[in-house]
Amino acid sequence: MTKPMTTDVNATNRPAAGHRLVRRRGRQLRERFIEGLLFLAAASSVAITFAIVAILVSESLPLFKEVSLLDFLTDRQWTPLFDDAHFGIMTLIAGTATTTAVALLVAIPLGTVIAIYLSEFASHRLRETVKPILELLGAVPTVVFGYFALLVVTPLLQKIYPDLPGFNMLSAGLVMGVMIIPYVSSVSEDAMRAVPMHLREGSYAMGATRLQTAIRVVMPAAFSGLAAAYILGISRAVGETMIVAIAAGMQPNFTLNPLEPAATISAFIVQVCLGDLPHDSLGYKTIFAAGLTLMLFTLVFNILGYWLRKRFREIY
Amino acid sequence: MTPAPTADLRKLIARHRLWERVFTIVGLIALLIGLLVLLGLFTQLAVTGAPRLTPEFFTSFPSRIAEKAGILSAWVGSLLVMLVTACSAIPLGVAAGVYLEEYAPKNWLTAIIEINVMNLAGVPSIIYGLLALGLFVYQFGFGQSILSAGLTLALLILPIVIVATREALRAVPGIIREAAYALGATRWQMVSHHVVPYSAGGILTGVIIGLSRAIGETAPIITIGALTFIAFLPTPPVTGEFPFLSFQWLKDPFTVLPIQMFNWTSRPEEAFQLNAAAAGVVLLVMTLAMNALAIWLRYRIRRKIKW
Repeated sequence: MTKPMTTDVNATNRPAAGHRLVRRRGRQLRERFIEGLLFLAAASSVAITFAIVAILVSESLPLFKEVSLLDFLTDRQWTPLFDDAHFGIMTLIAGTATTTAVALLVAIPLGTVIAIYLSEFASHRLRETVKPILELLGAVPTVVFGYFALLVVTPLLQKIYPDLPGFNMLSAGLVMGVMIIPYVSSVSEDAMRAVPMHLREGSYAMGATRLQTAIRVVMPAAFSGLAAAYILGISRAVGETMIVAIAAGMQPNFTLNPLEPAATISAFIVQVCLGDLPHDSLGYKTIFAAGLTLMLFTLVFNILGYWLRKRFREIY
Repeated sequence: MTPAPTADLRKLIARHRLWERVFTIVGLIALLIGLLVLLGLFTQLAVTGAPRLTPEFFTSFPSRIAEKAGILSAWVGSLLVMLVTACSAIPLGVAAGVYLEEYAPKNWLTAIIEINVMNLAGVPSIIYGLLALGLFVYQFGFGQSILSAGLTLALLILPIVIVATREALRAVPGIIREAAYALGATRWQMVSHHVVPYSAGGILTGVIIGLSRAIGETAPIITIGALTFIAFLPTPPVTGEFPFLSFQWLKDPFTVLPIQMFNWTSRPEEAFQLNAAAAGVVLLVMTLAMNALAIWLRYRIRRKIKW
């Protein structure tokens, strides 16, 4: 307030009692209105979830009028756009499962070791410098990782194993695993750092080394957090799209062999969307059915993670 | 239990120490793998793409001839899509965060919203693309436009903005709120004059991280059917005649950087792969710079604020 107060403030600025009441009423109304607006913003997130489910179900339902659910789940071929159309979602699930498995074989051991190292062994300074750099690894656009998998990692692997096809699930999975490392390591590290110091001190007092303490005391105590980290990794790997679409090929192939090319659920959606896609075409319906399957998988993993955290939470 | 002879004990201790040392090395190697991949990725892209990173690369349209192709329409498209994303995700996300942190009563409705935000953060990006294809492109009739793409990415980063806002608000101590109330402020005055300005740095950090994620996102934009070959620019937003502003660009077809890079990567000719590497360098520099900015901001806020 820079205004010089020369006049008597009380005499000039104080409104009459009735006027004040009106002003207070107005202010209350405004407060209510703003609270309502903010609530709508928060509730919009629920609306998004409903919209996702509604769109996925409503747009894929017409497909299930043409294809029986049994065929959808048991057929071993996925050729929806051919004349001889088959709709066996298992083919795409096999591709997703294989790339996810390869990615997890990289991400879980490396992520866990990094988490143990950063939380139990590394100095404060090393931790504070390394963590942001690791986070950058998770921030790299996935299309860049896809380029890297197709044009750098695959040729490298072909030097070791010359019969490897140009598109294969192995290199896509490996690169995806590296991408997931920061997700796994950062959540696991947070969980391990949350374990109270006195548990470690008790272990050290019994003569345990840091490694023994980490593996036998800290990790069991942080189990729920570790499980949550792994589940987060799985759900990232299942939903990852661009790396597999670029490096694993987009041909549906019923196989669990990582050395072969195959399409995942997400890669199939990309492949169909790259072409011309009229609203009522069969392709349009199949991508929503594929999306619904993918959504169910992530939902299951989310619920599993939530349950694990509740079930095995250690309370100190 | 008989006490083990000293020699045995010594051996045991030595073995444990050895394991300890082995693990220290294994841990360092694991760390190095992560960091080396990042470094290798960057140098590989930079070395391959360097010859193409000329000023003309930024000022020419895509072309059938790899040497003449550039990313003009791609970076302009990315910029405009980000504008739409920022304008819709920031107000909505911050408002939702403010409600959940400052207003929400503790009841089942709030609990549902909170669980829901956590769940949304775990939904794969391609699902958002399908949502946008069904809702924005066909139901709302926005078509395959900059508006559709911007809104899609806004939905995608909404959970990131909400979570960041809540964390930033939580860091403001309760005494600030009590002081504002003590001076007769209403709740909204307390929030808008004090709590939100004080946590602006933290919110900004979250917004930058969200936008950096959006700028590199490819799958949802492919899903809504963005074209890969665009040899023209959207309508300029500023026009020469009254009313000087045009929103025609919202409805224009477009391409973005990651899609341009994807398109070049999937071509068999090696010349186009050089273009892909160059586009990758631009994309990587942008996202890494945004993330570095966010990390720096977070670091500064942590050091500066002493309540």
